[in-house]
Amino acid sequence: MLKKIMLAGSILALSAMPVLADEIIGLITKTETNPFFVKMREGAQAKAAELGITLQTAAGKYDGDNDGQVAAIENLIAAGAKGFAIVPSDSKAIVPTIQKARDAGLKVIVLDTPLDPMNAADATFATDNRKAGQLIGAWANKTLGDKAKDAKIVFLDLATNQPTVDYLRDQGFMQGFGIDVKDPNKYGDEDDPRICTHEISQGDQEKGRTAMENALQKCPDVNVVYTINEPAAAGAWEALKAVGKDDGSVMIVSVDGGCPGVKNVEAGVIGATSQQYPLKMAAMALEAIHSGTLPEIDPAVGFFDTGAQLVTAKPADGVPSITVEEGLKLCWG
Amino acid sequence: MSDNSAGSTAAERGLKGADETFASFEERDVGFVRRAQAFLHRFPTSIPFIVLLIGIVIFSIAAPGKFLAPFNFSLILQQVTIIAILGVAQTLIILTAGIDLSVGAIMILASVVMGRTAVVYGVPVEIAFPLGLICGLACGLVNGIIVTMLRLPPFIVTLGTWSIFGALNVWYSRSETIRSQDMQEAAPFLQWTGTIIKPYDFFSKTLGLDWVFLKGWVLTYGSIVMLLVALAVWYILNKTAFGRHVYATGDDPDAARLAGINTNRTLIGVYALAGFICAIAAWVLIGRIGGVSPQAGQTANLDSITAVVIGGTSLFGGRGSIIGTLVGALIVGVFRNGLALSGLELLWQDFAVGVLIIVAVTIDQWIRKLSA
Repeated sequence: MLKKIMLAGSILALSAMPVLADEIIGLITKTETNPFFVKMREGAQAKAAELGITLQTAAGKYDGDNDGQVAAIENLIAAGAKGFAIVPSDSKAIVPTIQKARDAGLKVIVLDTPLDPMNAADATFATDNRKAGQLIGAWANKTLGDKAKDAKIVFLDLATNQPTVDYLRDQGFMQGFGIDVKDPNKYGDEDDPRICTHEISQGDQEKGRTAMENALQKCPDVNVVYTINEPAAAGAWEALKAVGKDDGSVMIVSVDGGCPGVKNVEAGVIGATSQQYPLKMAAMALEAIHSGTLPEIDPAVGFFDTGAQLVTAKPADGVPSITVEEGLKLCWG
Repeated sequence: MSDNSAGSTAAERGLKGADETFASFEERDVGFVRRAQAFLHRFPTSIPFIVLLIGIVIFSIAAPGKFLAPFNFSLILQQVTIIAILGVAQTLIILTAGIDLSVGAIMILASVVMGRTAVVYGVPVEIAFPLGLICGLACGLVNGIIVTMLRLPPFIVTLGTWSIFGALNVWYSRSETIRSQDMQEAAPFLQWTGTIIKPYDFFSKTLGLDWVFLKGWVLTYGSIVMLLVALAVWYILNKTAFGRHVYATGDDPDAARLAGINTNRTLIGVYALAGFICAIAAWVLIGRIGGVSPQAGQTANLDSITAVVIGGTSLFGGRGSIIGTLVGALIVGVFRNGLALSGLELLWQDFAVGVLIIVAVTIDQWIRKLSA
C-alpha cells in the first residue's frame, strides 16, 4: 500500500516536471471577477499560448487586497518565473515585495495602476486616465455648445477614499469641460456652480442607480452625468428612465470601452465613452518579459501609454474619436 | 385585613400588630427607564418603529422639502426592496441562531442563471426563470445539508459557500454584463419587477377615487413582490407548525429535540427556503438594474444582516420578526437617503449605519436583562 502511494506520488511529481521546465510568466490582477481583469487574463492566455509559455495567474480577493498579491509574488519567485505583470491593488505597499522579486532576477511590468514611485518596476503600461477623462470632458463641452456655460453636472464617482483612477478620470473630465479643478489630486474642492453633486457608485450598476436617484433629488434639472465606468452609467440610465428623463435631455458620458458600454453608445444611452485596452496591456507585457526587451518609453511621461480613444456616434469638432463600429472591434468584456 | 372586619377569629386577633401585607416583590425602581424597559420587553417590535420615526423627524428637519415628499419615500422603498427581501431570508436563518453569509452570492448566481440562460443561450424564459429559482433553492439546500449533516457552524459553512457560489457565478457569467436592451428584447418578463406603477393613476382611473395622498408615489412591482414574500414568510412563521419549530429550534435546540421536533429537517427547510427567497431577490434585482451584472451585490450579505439586526431580531436565535426586518431595512434606507439629501458624504452614512447596529444590539441585550 505504502509503495503504491509512493509510486503514485512520484508519477505525480514527474508529471509536474515538464511544467517546471517551461518558461513561467505570471499575471497578477486586483480581483478575479472584474470584467476588465477577466479580459486582461484572457488576452494574456491567448498570448501565452502563442508564445508557448506557461502563464500563472493570481489575483487579490478584493480590490485593495495587498496581502493576496504579496503571496502571489512569493509563489512566482518560488516557482522560478521569468517575470510577471501586475495590476497593483496598493501602489505603495506592494513596492518592497516587487523589489524582492526584482532582486531575485524577475522582470516586473506594472499594468493599469502605476506604482508609487513609478520606477520601482521595470516598466509601466497603462492608460492615461486623466487624458481619458479630458477626452470625454472636451466632447461633452463641444457637444453642448452654448449650453455648456450653464450645464448642471452630476458626478457618479467610484469611492469615498478617491483612489488614483477615480480622481484622475473625474478631474480629467473637468479639465476637458473647462472647470477649474483646484487641487489636481482631489475632487470635491471645486467651486464651479455647474457642479451639482458628487455621488458614489462603487462602479456598480445597482449602486449607480441608487446614486443617480439620490442625485436627481438634489438636481432635478441635471443635463450632464459623468460616470466613472459603464456599469455605473447603465445604472444611472435606469434611474433616468424611471423618471422619464430618457428623452435625450440628459447626456451621459463614461470611461472604459467594454463591449456592453460601447453597445450602449450605439443605442444612444451613453453619449461618448473613453476606451482603454486591457488585452493589449497584458499581451504587450508578456511579450516584453518573454523577449527581454522593453518598448521605448518617453521619460517625460514615465510610462508606456497604451492609449485611450473616444468612442461616439456623434463626433465633435476638434475632439479625436473613433466610430462605434471601430469601438466594437476593440472592445472587451 | 382590619381588626374589626367581620369574621376575624380569635387566633387572628392574637397576631395583632404584625405586618399584614402579603408576600410581594420589592418595587425598586419604577422610574421612566424601568417602565420603558418593561414596555420594550413586551413589545420588542416597537423599537425599530421608534428609530424609524426618529430618523424621519431628523431628516425632515435636515433636508426640508426634499426628504418629506411622497416621491422620495417611494424612492426609498424602491432602494431597500432587494435588501429587505434578502433580509427576510436572513431573518429565517438568524431565528435558528445561524447566519448566512452567502445570501448575496446566491442572489447573483440565480440572477445570472435566469438572465444568461434566457438571453445568451436563448432558452425560453418559461424555463430560464424557474431554473433560476431552482438554482437558489439548490444553493440553500446545500447550505442546510452541510450545516446539519456535517454539524458545522453556519458561519463557517456559508463562508465557504459564499466563495463557492461566487466562483460559480464568475464561471457561468464569464463576468459579462447583460444589457437592459438585450434583456428587453429576449426576456422582458425578467424585467417585470422593475415596472413602475403610480397608485394615484391606478385608483383614479379604475375606481374613480381621487386619493390625493397617493399623488407622487411611484412604486414598482418589486416592492409588491417584497411585501408578498414578507407576508408569506410571516404566515409560515406565525401560523404553521413549521414556523413554531423554527422559533423553538433557534431558542433551544436540545429542548426542541426533546419535544419531538426534527430539528435537522427544520434547519434544512429554513436554509432551502432562504435560498429560494434569494432567487426571488435576484428577479427583483434584474428589474432594478434592467439587465444582469455579475458584479452587483458585493455587500448584500452584510447589508441583509444589518437590516435584520437593526430590525430587532436577536443574533442568538429564537426571537425576532419579519416586520422588524422590513422596518430595519427601511431604517437603513431612510438614513442613507436622508444623509445623502442633507449633503453628507458617504463615509458618514456608513458611520451612522454602524452606530445604528451597535445601538440595536445594545437595546436587545438591555431588554433581555429584564427576563434574566
